[in-house]
Parts: sequence; C-alpha cells; structure tokens
Amino acid sequence: MVAVRPIHRPASVTGWIVPALLAACVIFLVVGSLESSLFAQQTVSGLANGGIYASLGVALVLIYRATQVINFSQGALATFSTYIAWQLISWGLGYWPAFLLTLVIAFVGGILVELVAIRPVERRGNVLSVVIASIGVLILVEGAVGWIWGNEVKFMPSAFPAREYHVGGVAFSMQDLGTIGVSIAAVVVLWAFFRFTKLGLAMRAAALRPEAARLAGIRVSWLLSLGWGLAAALGAVSGMLAAASPSVLLQPSMMDGILIYAFAAAVLGGLESPAGAVVGGLAIGALLNLMGSYVSWVTPQLLLPAAFVLMLIVLLVKPSGLFGRTRVRRV
Amino acid sequence: MRTRASQLCVVGVAAAIVALLPFGLSDYHRSTGADVAVFVMAILGLNIVTGYTGQISIGHGAFMAIGGYTTAILTHSHGWNDIATLPVALAIGFCAGVIVGVPALRFHGAYLALVTFAVALAVPQLAENYSHFTGGTEGLALPTQSGWWLYGVAWACAAVLYATTWVILRGRTGRAFRAVRDSEVAAVSSGVSLAVHKTLAFGVSAAFAAVAGSVYVLINNFVNPAVFGLQLSLYILIGAVVAGLGSLWGIVVGAAFVQLLPLGLSSGSIVSAEAVPVVFGAVVIAVMALIPRGSAEVLRAAVGLPVRARSSHTSTPPSLEVR
Repeated sequence: MVAVRPIHRPASVTGWIVPALLAACVIFLVVGSLESSLFAQQTVSGLANGGIYASLGVALVLIYRATQVINFSQGALATFSTYIAWQLISWGLGYWPAFLLTLVIAFVGGILVELVAIRPVERRGNVLSVVIASIGVLILVEGAVGWIWGNEVKFMPSAFPAREYHVGGVAFSMQDLGTIGVSIAAVVVLWAFFRFTKLGLAMRAAALRPEAARLAGIRVSWLLSLGWGLAAALGAVSGMLAAASPSVLLQPSMMDGILIYAFAAAVLGGLESPAGAVVGGLAIGALLNLMGSYVSWVTPQLLLPAAFVLMLIVLLVKPSGLFGRTRVRRV
Repeated sequence: MRTRASQLCVVGVAAAIVALLPFGLSDYHRSTGADVAVFVMAILGLNIVTGYTGQISIGHGAFMAIGGYTTAILTHSHGWNDIATLPVALAIGFCAGVIVGVPALRFHGAYLALVTFAVALAVPQLAENYSHFTGGTEGLALPTQSGWWLYGVAWACAAVLYATTWVILRGRTGRAFRAVRDSEVAAVSSGVSLAVHKTLAFGVSAAFAAVAGSVYVLINNFVNPAVFGLQLSLYILIGAVVAGLGSLWGIVVGAAFVQLLPLGLSSGSIVSAEAVPVVFGAVVIAVMALIPRGSAEVLRAAVGLPVRARSSHTSTPPSLEVR
C-alpha cells in the first residue's frame, strides 16, 4: 500500500489564483452578455447544460469522498430513473408527483445497488475491483433499460412551459432557467442536509474518518449505502432535466456522454468538493456551448473530446482542481 | 515436471481443437470463430497492462479503433494488401499506447480508469469528425474474404501474440511488470523504472489491441465509428475479468464467453438478445465478488496446477489503492 496523506499547504502561495480566475470568467461572461444578445443566450443555455453536469458531478463527488471510488454506473442509474419517470408520466401521473416518486425510487435503487453489487466486492478491499464492479452495474442497468423499454427514442415532457422571457432583446427560455434553478436547488438541499442535520454530520464523519466514526458509534456501512441512495437520487434529477432538454434524446445510452462532462466538472472542482463540482459543471457547460457557437472548427462531435482534453489538462497541471486539497504521494 | 507435462498437454489439446474446429463449421460460423480470436488478442493486450502491470484501462476499444482504421484506410484508399497492413497497425497502436501511457504515469487507480473511459468515448467522436479520412458515420467498406481465410489469419495472429506475451511475461520485463503492480515502492527500490515499464506495458497492450482491431475490420469488411463504441471497450473488460486478470490460462474462455454467449443465448432463445447485457453485467459483478481471479483459477485447479494462495492480492494489486 502506498501511503497518501493530505497535507495542508499555506494558502497564500496560490490561494489568490483560483478566485481571480473565477472572477475573470464571470466578468468575461457578464461583459460578453451585455455586449451581444446571442452571447447572452448561448451563455444561459450553456449554464443550463452546466446545471445538468453539475448535479451528476456532485453525485460522483459524494461517492468518491466516501469510498475513493469513481462510480461509472452513475449515468446508467440516472438513465434508469429517467425512464421510470417517463413511465409514470405516460401512465397519467402529473410531472411533479412523478418527479418526486422517481426520486424515492432512485434513492431505494441506489441503496440496493450498493448492498447487492458493491459491498460484496468492496469487502475484498481494493479500488480496481470496485471500479470494475461499478462498470458491471453500468452494463447491467443500461442493458436493463434497453430490455424493458426498447432502444428507440422516447419523448420526455418538460416541467416548464415553453414560454420565453425577453430581457433587453434577449430571449430566455423557461426550460433553461428552470433547469438551472432545479439543479442548483437540488445541490443546495443536499448541502443543507450535510451541513445542518445530525445524519448529514454522521455521513461526513463516516466518509472522512471511518474508523473514528465507527468508534463513536456510527454505523459506517449503513451510511455508505445511504450515500449511494442520495447520489442516485441526485443523478435522477440530472437525468430528468437532461431528457427534457432539446439537445438530448431519451435513449438507453443518454447519459454516457453527459457522464464524461460530469466527470470533467468533478475533476475541475477537485473531485472531493461538491461546490467545486457545481462551479466546474456550470463553467464547462457555458464554455463548451460558447466554443460550439463561436469557434468555427469546433463541431458538435468535438465537444466531448474537448471536455476530455480539459480534464486531462486539469489532471496534469493541477490534479487537486480548483477546490480540492493537495495530496502527496510516494513514488 | 509432471505439471509442465500437463500444461503442455492442455496447450496442445487447445491448439488442436482450434486447428480442427473450422472443418466442422459452416463458412459463417468460421468468421464467428475468427471473432473469438479478435477478442483473444484484445484481452491479451488488456491483461498485460491491467492484469500484469496493474494499470486499469477501460479504453481498449479506442486502440482497436486505431488499428481498424489503419487497416481500412490503407486498403480502401491506398490499395494495400490486407496482411501488409497488420504490422503497420501494430506499430501505430504501439505509438498510440505510448502517447496515452505517458500522461497515464501521473494517474493512479480510479483516475486512470476515468481517463481511459473518456478515451473510449472520445476516439469514435474524432473518427466521426474527421470524415475525409474515415468516411464519417457512413464508414469505409472493404473487400469480403472467405471464412477459411479469416479464421486462419485471425487465429494465426492470436497464436503469435499469445506466444509473444508468454515470452515477454516470463522474463525480466514480465517480472518488472508484476513488481510495478504489486508494490511500486518495492519496484523502484529494486531498480525497476516505473516510467519505462508502465509506458512499455501500455504500448505493447495497445499494439495488441490495434492488431485485434485490424482483424476485426477485415472480418466485418466494414468500419464506422459505431463499430468501436463504448460497448466494445466494456466487452473487452468483461472478457478479461471472466478470463482472469493476471493469468494467461483463461483468455480463450473469456473471449469465447464475450463473443459466443450473446449468439448462444439468442439462437437458443433462452433469453432475448436484448437481455444479453443484463447477463454480462450480472456475471461481471458475480465474478468480482466470488472468484476475482476468473476462469483462470478454475482452469488451473482443473489441470492440477497449484491454486495461488494470495488470491485476493495478485488479481487486485495493492498499488491501486489511492487512499
């Protein structure tokens, strides 16, 4: 085993770079939006995509913090939940009741996946096996979606009316604003849960210091399952928002590409910081959308490789991301 | 020496079965048999880098795509002979593996899985984008070959790569690979260069996958980005898991499992073809939970070879723990 322990570097050395960079990005977006209405529109719809990446990214961060495992099945579980929502709606349930019921089902489903597929493998105690098991879940769940609902594209209704608001010559669609609102609300609710409830505190303790938490009487293994449940519910929010967006089709492989953007978001934020994943998601959503509309050689096919290159650069240059802690590693 | 004799015996019987099998098959089933050889080569490649060197890769479909497109472009647009493209694919695959392997030096465990997963998704998108080389989504068509020819070429390549792998792994380089997997600290203090061996493992592994991709394209006599999608990368990983990471014994079993189970299930109408991924996913989880060294362990026991005691360690390198 190679020992890796976090060290706290004095913040003054590079501490100002990250806020300065973020401020520069925000100023760039605001000034650009004031200059051109097309720019403003592209920024808002980019931020809407970013909200989807952010909520899936936070789900990835939740599980990574608790178990140091990157959950490759996160996107497939989100797709499965979205199909459940579609099924409930097509049975005649209203959108919001279906939304809430889906969250509950996804929560229970996430716990079940942890209990059935991950825990027996994790008991052998290494990351590679758990990663492969999560890929097993990805294959199984994505296959189950295709088996149950078929591979043809379904139409997911949107929660928001197809209305547009005009502010100074810029048309903001309800769809974009609603997507940003719901994804940020979901993340804030989760943050409040971790910050202000006793259960949230116990979960943070179980993730940071499992042995000490166990000594303090916390049932760590149960809280890990609970973490998978919460991550699956958050993923479900992301999936339902994504399926309603005009650029995404509801099909079994819907979240494969979005998972990469969510990974890139989480990595940009440092992979351990939920706030970082939110900022990373919004930044990637806005930047990719602007690149797609302003840089002529960037075709839609190149957006995914672009996200990959961005992720690679972050990992090579600053592996702790914008908000992560620096770690040292022997060898 | 009894074990050596029984090992040779098993290898001989397996080779004889592979050599005689096409006589009893229809031409269509011969090309299916050639597909199994493709997965043998790809799983060999993945096993070198993941099973023996401890560097997880979920992106081997991307290296197959590189080999496949090399063959397709050279034969389709430049009129090359099919067989002559294979060494070129091998060389280009090796270079691609080194190019991915160098940044991969910085990543460990779960991060490397993440990066290679992204490679698996990004490469088909690139092939779709640069359509003047690759034919875009419509792809490139190649001349059709007979089942006999395909079976012969595919299994000959697989046999050569199998023997090469065995030679590499039993010697000094193989020991260095295993040392890197089992403990990086111990490997470095024994004078094993991590950078050289990790990159070399990636290069060799990708070269094998590229040859697999070339033969795959020859069998399909067609190539487009969808052929090399994420599913292919995942299937190689499933095959390697079923075969047993860190052992060469189960590779044909793993390849046959991935390639023949879907056909068997759908033709036997046991379950519908759509349910195949569900079965695959369940098998991967079950193997990881119950027999993490895969079918290799079962085969070794059957042949009378000692079952390795450290079963939870060899297949699952401790160096991958990022904590």
